[in-house]
Amino acid sequence: MKHIRNFSIIAHIDHGKSTLADRLIQYTHLVEDRQFRDQILDNMDIERERGITIKSQTVDLPYVGKDGVEYELNLIDTPGHVDFSYEVSRALASCEGVLLLVDAAQGVEAQTLGNLYAAMEHNLVIIPVINKIDLPVANIEGVKNEIDQELGLDSDLAILCSAKEGIGIEDIFHAVIERVPAPTGDAEKPLSALIFDAHYDPFRGTIVSCRIFDGTVKPGDMIRLMYNGTTYKVEEVGVFRLPREPKKELTAGMVGYIIAGIKTVSDTRVGDTITLDNNPIAEALPGFIEVKPVVFSSIYPIASDDYPSLVEALEKYKLNDAALVYQKDSSAALGQGFRCGFLGLLHLEIVQERLEREFDQSIIMTAPSVQYRFFLNDSSVVEVDNPLYYPDPAKIRKSEEPFIKASILVPERYVGVVMKLCMERRGVNSHLSYPAPGRVEITFDLPLAEVIFDFYDKLKSVTQGYGSFDYEIIDYRESNLVKLDILVNGEKVDALSILVHHDNARERSLRVCEKLREEIPKQQFKIAIQGAIGGKIIARSTISAFRKDVTAKCYGGDISRKRKLLEKQKKGKKRMRMVGNVEIPQSAFLAALKTDDE
Amino acid sequence: MSNQVLPGLYVHIPFCKTKCPYCDFYSITDSTGANTFLDAVITEAGLYRDIYQEFDSLYFGGGTPSFVDDKEFARLVSGLQSLFVFSPHTEITVEMNPDDVTREKLSLYKSLGINRISLGVQSFNDKELVFLQRRHTAAGAKEAIHLIQSAGFANFGIDLINSLPGQRAKNWMKTLEEASSFKPAHISCYQLTINGATPFGKMVQEGALKLPSDEKQRNFFLSTSHFLKERGFIHYEISNFAFGEASRSRHNMKYWSHVPYLGLGPGAHSFHNNVRWWNVRSIEQYLKALSIKEMPVEGRERLSSEQLELEKLFLGLRNLEGVEISDTPCESINEVALKRLIAEKLVEIHDGKIIPTTAGYLVADRLPLLISG
Ligand SMILES: Nc1nc2c(ncn2[C@@H]2O[C@H](COP(=O)(O)OP(=O)(O)OP(=O)(O)O)[C@@H](O)[C@H]2O)c(=O)[nH]1
Ligand code: SF4
Repeated sequence: MKHIRNFSIIAHIDHGKSTLADRLIQYTHLVEDRQFRDQILDNMDIERERGITIKSQTVDLPYVGKDGVEYELNLIDTPGHVDFSYEVSRALASCEGVLLLVDAAQGVEAQTLGNLYAAMEHNLVIIPVINKIDLPVANIEGVKNEIDQELGLDSDLAILCSAKEGIGIEDIFHAVIERVPAPTGDAEKPLSALIFDAHYDPFRGTIVSCRIFDGTVKPGDMIRLMYNGTTYKVEEVGVFRLPREPKKELTAGMVGYIIAGIKTVSDTRVGDTITLDNNPIAEALPGFIEVKPVVFSSIYPIASDDYPSLVEALEKYKLNDAALVYQKDSSAALGQGFRCGFLGLLHLEIVQERLEREFDQSIIMTAPSVQYRFFLNDSSVVEVDNPLYYPDPAKIRKSEEPFIKASILVPERYVGVVMKLCMERRGVNSHLSYPAPGRVEITFDLPLAEVIFDFYDKLKSVTQGYGSFDYEIIDYRESNLVKLDILVNGEKVDALSILVHHDNARERSLRVCEKLREEIPKQQFKIAIQGAIGGKIIARSTISAFRKDVTAKCYGGDISRKRKLLEKQKKGKKRMRMVGNVEIPQSAFLAALKTDDE
Repeated sequence: MSNQVLPGLYVHIPFCKTKCPYCDFYSITDSTGANTFLDAVITEAGLYRDIYQEFDSLYFGGGTPSFVDDKEFARLVSGLQSLFVFSPHTEITVEMNPDDVTREKLSLYKSLGINRISLGVQSFNDKELVFLQRRHTAAGAKEAIHLIQSAGFANFGIDLINSLPGQRAKNWMKTLEEASSFKPAHISCYQLTINGATPFGKMVQEGALKLPSDEKQRNFFLSTSHFLKERGFIHYEISNFAFGEASRSRHNMKYWSHVPYLGLGPGAHSFHNNVRWWNVRSIEQYLKALSIKEMPVEGRERLSSEQLELEKLFLGLRNLEGVEISDTPCESINEVALKRLIAEKLVEIHDGKIIPTTAGYLVADRLPLLISG
C-alpha cells in the first residue's frame, strides 16, 4: 500500500488534461510508442473529435521512483464537463491527490475553480501544474499570480509543464510520489469499495471501476451492491493496465476493476458501495446520490419505419450510459419515439451525436425542457418535463421552475455584456467578486431553462471566448409559465410545443414561425403557421401556395437530370411528416428545434 | 416489351453564327472546322450500325443546322442515308434560323427528303429579338415563313420564347397571334429558362436581370394554352402545341416515351435497352475520339426498373399521353393522393390513363411526387 498513489487530473475544458494523461502513459511504456494512439484515454470517436473527455477511464501507471522502488500510480481520469460533476466527485473521492492543470495562456477559469473546490471538499493534496508553457503566448508569471490570488495555492509549488512537448513530465511523477499520500485502509476489515465508474464490455458485461477502502475482494467472493442489495459472484478482479491485468485480489488502498456478471452499467450506480455479502460493513460510504436527469427531450426517428432500429440503438447505447433515462413517448406529428432524460445539455448532445454516428440513426430531437412543478388547485403537485403533460391551466395554482447558481469568470471588460445577458435571461441575485486584478467572478441565479436555451453559445460570443462558466442546481422558484403551441393550418404540431416563461413566449414563437416559414416548401395551398397560448394566437406567418413548378424543356439530357432530382426529392419526402394536409420536411423540425442561431 | 415503334436519330450540329446569351446548348461560333466535324459525325454513325438499323425520324438540331454550308449538309444527309435504313415515311426535321432561310436552301432540303422545318422565331417583337440578341428581325421571320410555305413545307413549326424579363402580356399575345396567323402545323412556346453558366445566368445572379414572378409566368402559360387551343391547337406537351394529332413532333415524342434513339454529335444523348449514354460536350474531344474510331461517349447509365418507372411517370405527366395506371407499379401511385389531384383538377383519368390538365402541366415537376402520396 505504501507504494500506491491514487490521483486525478482536474482542469477546465481544453487545458490539456487528456494530452497530459497520454504523455504520462507514454512515459511509462505501458503501450508501445508505435501503437500509441493519441489520447488513449479519450477513446470514443466523439471525444476524439470534440476533444473533450466524456467517459472517464482509469489507468494504473507503473513508475520507478527516485528511491528505486516501483510505484503503482493510479490515474483516475475524470470527465471534463459540468454535466458530469457527480462522476467527477466520485472519482475524487477515490483519490488522495490531484493535479490541478491550468493552461498557461488561458489562466484560471470557472471550472478550474469549481474543480478546485471539489478537490478541497475531499481533502485532497493539490498539485498545481501550469501546462502549455511551450506556447508563445504562455504567461507563466500571470498564471502564477492567479494561482496565488484566485486559487489561494502556493504557486512556488506549481510544476511547469508542456504536455505536448513532454516537458515537466518527470517532475509530475515525482511530485505525485512525494506529495500525494499513500492510501490508508485495513485489508483485514470487511470490504468497502467505492464504485466511481462502470463500463460495458460486450464480452464480459459490466466492468466496475472501484477504489477499495478497506478489506479484500477476490474471484469467487459474493459481493453486494449496497444501494439495492443485489449480489453477484465475482469472476475476475484486476488493475487497469493497458489492457486490463487480472490479479488474485484487490486489497485496501487499491484502485481496480471487478467483473461479476453484471449485465448493464445501469445495474451499478456510481457512488454506491460494494461489500461482501457474508461479511458486510455496517454502513455504506458517504456521498452517494442518485443522479437525476435535469434536461429532457424526445427522440424520434426521422423516418417512422426506423423506429425498431432506434429501439435497438437506444438499448445498446444504454448499456454503456447509466445516466441516460428514457421511456416511450409518442407524437401525432412524429409518431413513436422516446422521452429521454439527460444530465445536461452536453450530455444530450453527446447522446444525439453518438446515436447518429455510432448507431447510424437519423433522429429528430424535440426542444430540450427542464422539469417544472405545477401546484394544482386540489393541492396536488405534478412534475412535468414534457409539454404533452402540461396540466389544464385553469387548475394550476402555482408553477415553479428549477434555478441554478451560475458562476462566470471573465476579464473585467466583459462584465457589462455578461450582466446584460444574464438579466435578459431572467437572472437575479447577481454578485461580483474580484479574485485577482482584472478578473471578475460573476454569480447569478438563473432559471435552468434559460441556460439550456443557447446560453452557453451566447456567453462565448459576447465574451469573445473569454467567458467560462460553471453551475449547480440550487432550487425551484415560482414562475409564470405557459405552454406555447405551434399550429400549421390550424393543426397543433405537438412535437413543437414547449413550456416557456410567459415573457419569452412571443419571441420564441415568432422565431419558430419564421424558421418553419423558411423550411416548409410551398404547397398547392396557402399554409398558415401560428404560435398560440391556449386559444390565443401570439405569432403568425404564412407560406403562399405554389402556382408554378415546371421546367419548360425536357429533351435528351434533361431527362436524367430531372430524374435524379426526383429521386432526391422522393428520398426527402420519406422524411416528410404530415400535419393535417401539410407536408413538413424533417429540416423544418430540425430548424425549428434548433436553439441557436448561427 | 415488344416495341413496334422505330428508333429516332438525332444529329447535333454545334455551330451558330452568333451565340444567344440565354442558350445553354453546346455550340461554337467558329465553323471553319465544319467539314471535319461532319466527317466525324458520319464516322460516329458508322460505329452504331450494329445497334441501330432502321429509323423513322431524323432530327437535325443544334446549334444551328441551317448555318452549315449546303453542300456539306447534303453530304451529311446522304452519308447517314447510306449507313442506315430510313423507313418510307420518316419524319426529317431541320432546325432553321430565319436568317438562313433562302429559296435555294429550301429546295435543297426538299431534294434531300427533309419534310419538316422547325423555325427559331422566338418573338415577333423586334425589341425582344434585340434583347435576346437574335440575328433576325420580325420582318425577316415573316419573310422566312412565307418562303417555307411557298416551298411547300406544310409541316413546319415555329419556336417561341415567353416570360422574358419585363415582358408585357400584350406583346406576348401579339407574337402568339402573329405565329398562329401563319397556321403552322406546330408551335413550341418555351418559358425562358436561365441557366447559371450563360451570360443571362450571370446577370440574374448579379441581380442585373430578373425573370417575371411565378404568378406572371403562370399567366403567360395559361393564356398561351387558352389562346392556341381556341385556334385548334392541341396542347400535347408542356411547351408544345400541334395543329392536329399528326402534327405532333414524332421525334420528340420518342424522348418522352422511352423509344430508343441515337444522338450523334457533341453533347448528344442516346437511349437504348434501358441504357442512356451521352457524348462529350466538346468538339475537340469529340473529334479526337472519332479520329481513332472510338465512341465519344462521356457517360452512361443503366436504368434500374425503379428508375425507368420514375422516368415513365414524370415524362408521362408532361404530355397528353399520360400514364397508364395498369402499367404503373402501385408504389408510384397512391390512391388517396390521386383522388386529391383529380379533385384539384391537376390530372384527369381517361381510358385507364392519368392525363395532366393544363393546371397540372404548370406543376408538372411536382406531380410525380404528389401522386405517389
Ligand atoms: N501548445 C500546447 N498545446 C497543448 C498542450 N497540451 C494540450 N494542448 C492542446 O490543447 C488542446 C486541448 O487538450 P486536451 O488534452 O484535449 O484538453 P482536455 O483538458 O483533455 O479537454 P477535455 O477533454 O475537454 O477536458 C488540444 O488541442 C491539445 O493539443 C501543451 O502542452 N502545449
Ligand atoms: S439559341 Fe440556337 S442560335 Fe442561339 S446560340 Fe443557342 S443554339 Fe445557337
